[in-house]
Amino acid sequence: MTNAAQDANLKTRSFAPRRRSWSRESVERAMNIVSPVALLLVWELCARAGFIDVRFFPAPSKVFQVMYNLIQNGQLEKHVWASLQRLWWGILFGGVPALILGVAMGMYRTLRVIVEPVIMATYPIPKSAILPLILLIFGLGEASKIVMVATGVFYPILINAMAGVLEINKIYFDVGRNFGAGRWQVFRTVALPGALPLIMTGIKLGVGLGLVLIAIAEMVGAKSGLGYMIWNAWEILSVETMYVGLISIAVLGLVFTLLLNELERIIVPWKSSR
Amino acid sequence: MTTTTLTEGAAAANQDTKIRIRQLSKVFQTKTGPFVALDDINLDIPVGCFFMIVGPSGCGKTTLLRILAGLEEHSSGSLEIASPAANRPGNSMVFQGDSLFPWMTVWENAAYGLTMRGLSKGEIKNVVGHYLSRTGLSRFHDYYPHQLSGGMRQRVSIARAFANDPDILLMDEPFSALDEQNKVLLQEELLRIWEETRKTVMFITHSVDEAVTLGDRIMIMTAHPGRSKVMVDVPFERPRSVLELRARPEYGELVYNIWGHLREEVQRARAQDEGRGS
Repeated sequence: MTNAAQDANLKTRSFAPRRRSWSRESVERAMNIVSPVALLLVWELCARAGFIDVRFFPAPSKVFQVMYNLIQNGQLEKHVWASLQRLWWGILFGGVPALILGVAMGMYRTLRVIVEPVIMATYPIPKSAILPLILLIFGLGEASKIVMVATGVFYPILINAMAGVLEINKIYFDVGRNFGAGRWQVFRTVALPGALPLIMTGIKLGVGLGLVLIAIAEMVGAKSGLGYMIWNAWEILSVETMYVGLISIAVLGLVFTLLLNELERIIVPWKSSR
Repeated sequence: MTTTTLTEGAAAANQDTKIRIRQLSKVFQTKTGPFVALDDINLDIPVGCFFMIVGPSGCGKTTLLRILAGLEEHSSGSLEIASPAANRPGNSMVFQGDSLFPWMTVWENAAYGLTMRGLSKGEIKNVVGHYLSRTGLSRFHDYYPHQLSGGMRQRVSIARAFANDPDILLMDEPFSALDEQNKVLLQEELLRIWEETRKTVMFITHSVDEAVTLGDRIMIMTAHPGRSKVMVDVPFERPRSVLELRARPEYGELVYNIWGHLREEVQRARAQDEGRGS
């Protein structure tokens, strides 16, 4: 290539920075909606083109029609509401003790040494495997469902809260002591806020696991809830209803994730915009 | 035998002594056996003295400060600190490196000690407002530490300690992580704020310049185990200007003298490190 040609090349190259009308953050947030919608679109096309067996994978449009009917007759609302209530109480009864115990275990070595082996020994037991035991103890009513969710939420929050406190730089505890903070004040001003980023991770994991467990628990001995709806749909061979249940759980999971991300932005402001 | 006593001002042998240390030592139990961090430290620090400790790294100077702060126990010897006036904390520490709570704003950090002591909102507002304006941070009161430069963060740290209005200020190499320009500015700022109250200060540094610039008296420590090697009085008047001071020939002489004492110790510390490394 001659010099002249190179010059010509240079002249035609534009070095103006590319204008971005969308900030990276809003693009990333939009992906929360765009990705699932894209999947549904591909699915619909495949179903209509006959690439997939619609007896097992009915077209989303069909599913949405059934969903519309279930919304119209109030069935979906009833089941979602039942599951949500159980989730709420389960998260509360499992999460709050886990949070307090986890932070305390991070703060006090003695407590950690005593309790940690028990936690580590029971943690790997699949929560779904203890459902029969829980049914035996708490019966077929609401309590067994709430306890199922609570056991699922408990571990990730406890383990993350403890790890969160242990990861706090020792200097912050020295500052607390040097500036006269008592035990409760150290808990409130150092351990809890310092562990909050990991606690939020624990809550997100816990809520996800809670959704899994509520669906399983409601398949056995329940007369309401999304898990029951899915199980019942299998029994009457209404595949579309089954999918409505699955989509509802997926949407719930997504909504929870979005809400928790927002919550994290608000209560952990020092971690955002880094 | 270990004794830490808080004596009433009059009960102390000398009324003007704030801190009295006798034959103090600190031994850490490690896997490879006992490690003597401090050995036979004797000190009398008068009220209002800006006391500097200089020594090679690893000589136990931070340990001494932590013992004074109550964050560490001494192994033997005695430590007497004249008890502070009522409602006033005994000491506040400016820590080495980042010690601001990342989850608190500048204001909340500076107000931390007062909040823990349960002072009224109005009082906190007055005191914290004063020290934030003295350190030029008023505009940044609602910033989080990660939004500030290293120099600004250390200023908040100083404001936090001063706002707590302690009897004794303990400073553990507060400026060591800063660049030279910021260091000089912060030293001047520190002296200006200190002039308002003239609290007793115990200040650790590895910089001879810093020791001579700020201090009334300098203790030079030996390499491990940490002992007091020599005590030097700084004759310069107060209030001082950092830059003017540095232009004076007596300043250079004093720095040179202290370096003479220190060089040997720094070389010993290096030899120890190399011995441990091989």
